[in-house]
Amino acid sequence: MIRFISLAALLLLWQIGASLSDPRRLPGPSAVFEKIYEEAVSGALFSNLAITLARVIAAFALAMSFGTAIGYVMGRNKLADRLLDPWLITLLNLPALVVIVLAYVWAGLTEVAAIGAVALNKLPNAIVVVREGARALDPHLEDMAHVFRFSSAARVKHLVLPQLAPYLAAATRSGLSLVWKIVLVVELLGRSNGVGFEINMAFQLFDMKLLLAYALPFVALMLGVETFLVQPLERHVSRWRRGVSRRLDRV
Amino acid sequence: MNDTSRAGGAASLDVSIASKDYHSGSGSSLRALEDLRLTLPAGQAGAVVGPSGCGKTTLLRLIAGLDKDYVGTIVLPEHGRLGMVFQEPRLLPWRSVIDNIRIAAPHAREDDIAALLDELGLAEHASHFPRELSLGLARRVALARALAVKPDLLLLDEPLVSLDAALARDLREMIARLIDERRITTLIVTHDLREAIALGDRLFLLSARPACVVATIDVPAPRRLQKDAAEALETQAREALAAARAGAQPRHH
Ligand SMILES: Nc1ncnc2c1ncn2[C@@H]1O[C@H](COP(=O)(O)OP(=O)(O)O)[C@@H](O)[C@H]1O
Ligand SMILES: [Mg+2]
Repeated sequence: MIRFISLAALLLLWQIGASLSDPRRLPGPSAVFEKIYEEAVSGALFSNLAITLARVIAAFALAMSFGTAIGYVMGRNKLADRLLDPWLITLLNLPALVVIVLAYVWAGLTEVAAIGAVALNKLPNAIVVVREGARALDPHLEDMAHVFRFSSAARVKHLVLPQLAPYLAAATRSGLSLVWKIVLVVELLGRSNGVGFEINMAFQLFDMKLLLAYALPFVALMLGVETFLVQPLERHVSRWRRGVSRRLDRV
Repeated sequence: MNDTSRAGGAASLDVSIASKDYHSGSGSSLRALEDLRLTLPAGQAGAVVGPSGCGKTTLLRLIAGLDKDYVGTIVLPEHGRLGMVFQEPRLLPWRSVIDNIRIAAPHAREDDIAALLDELGLAEHASHFPRELSLGLARRVALARALAVKPDLLLLDEPLVSLDAALARDLREMIARLIDERRITTLIVTHDLREAIALGDRLFLLSARPACVVATIDVPAPRRLQKDAAEALETQAREALAAARAGAQPRHH
């Protein structure tokens, strides 16, 4: 409810701002929604959203799986940590734009280069967060698992993942927002479809209606992913922390 | 430098540790165990008694294979399947009571697990999460988990510590009944001599750190002693400890 009111207030501010300024610079909500409708009817909006979302998911999945594996090893193994830490710091401080341009130069203006560049930008953050989680694994539970001869699969499933879950959730949250912003840049620089490409077009044509007509639905989409996917998932993995969780045990 | 093997034979558990040192980062080291020997026949319950900080948990960790950095030999019972109750329950907090048992004992039959929960008074807590349990209940879950794997050797680290008197008595009786029924070779570690006499077929009295066994006393069967017999045994044990402290080191098998 409060979220709804705050969203309504934002719309109102936008309307006021638009009525005070040049409609070419800041078109009002109604004009933008009309444009969204137009793009939706033509099908262009959905196909571009789908393409961008697919890139977000691919890059995110890549970064998270490699980040989790590397972060885990660095958190558990001192030698690996010392060996890889300088690389990690380099990658952390490499500007996103440099990674993107290099990827396009080396691998051409291809899908692989685009997704790889985005994943590479998210990777160091995922590593750092998961490494923190791996360092915090409870040695007491590890001993317990050793005595009871847990299989490797059981160890991962029942010991490691539940303890890493809060860290993975944190990496997911910061990761999704980072990834989708970088995906737009990658699309703007080297792809011929997707939301980023359309925004580039809007910029070239100085069409702010078009720009907002793509930016807003995408923000809404990511908000939806966050509210209906990430948050429920986070609640699900941390349900054991709450006393009332008992009833959910058998889901 | 050390050797942990599995063998059968008369002696089920045979521990002979020349030394166990903890090394600190600054290069100094602390000797926890020195020349510690104990032998426990199959199917018996051994009770290791020693003051706090003398090295009891260290000894259990070596036997359990959690720490391989020692000099000596440990021969485990045949098959060497271990069940262990740590000083803290060490349950998976994100799993229910019954799932904790299932995960540690994936080969246990469901009705065996149910019977175990029943026997330990845990049936109504089967779907509870560890944080909803008192320490006494959590200990019982840890005990159920250790028994569910049908261990060849059961290790109990201070199973009654920090429980109030009534709870401690209940749990002590439960443990005594379970290991009697099942004839599991069991090694219990405690700082409480009376607890040791109540639970053990054989007592191993430890010195202060670095720990060694200063006396081994067989508790006459049946183990559930009359009060005066238990008191006589307690006196005998205290005398043995005093003699050891006075310099003589009586050893008996
Ligand atoms: N991991 C360790 N590193 C260094 N010292 C330790 C470690 N674990 C135990 N100690 C020391 O070894 C001695 C014996 O400890 P412990 O086996 O836990 O005793 P107990 O279980 O009989 O109370 C203590 O002095 C303790 O401080
Ligand atoms: Mg201890």
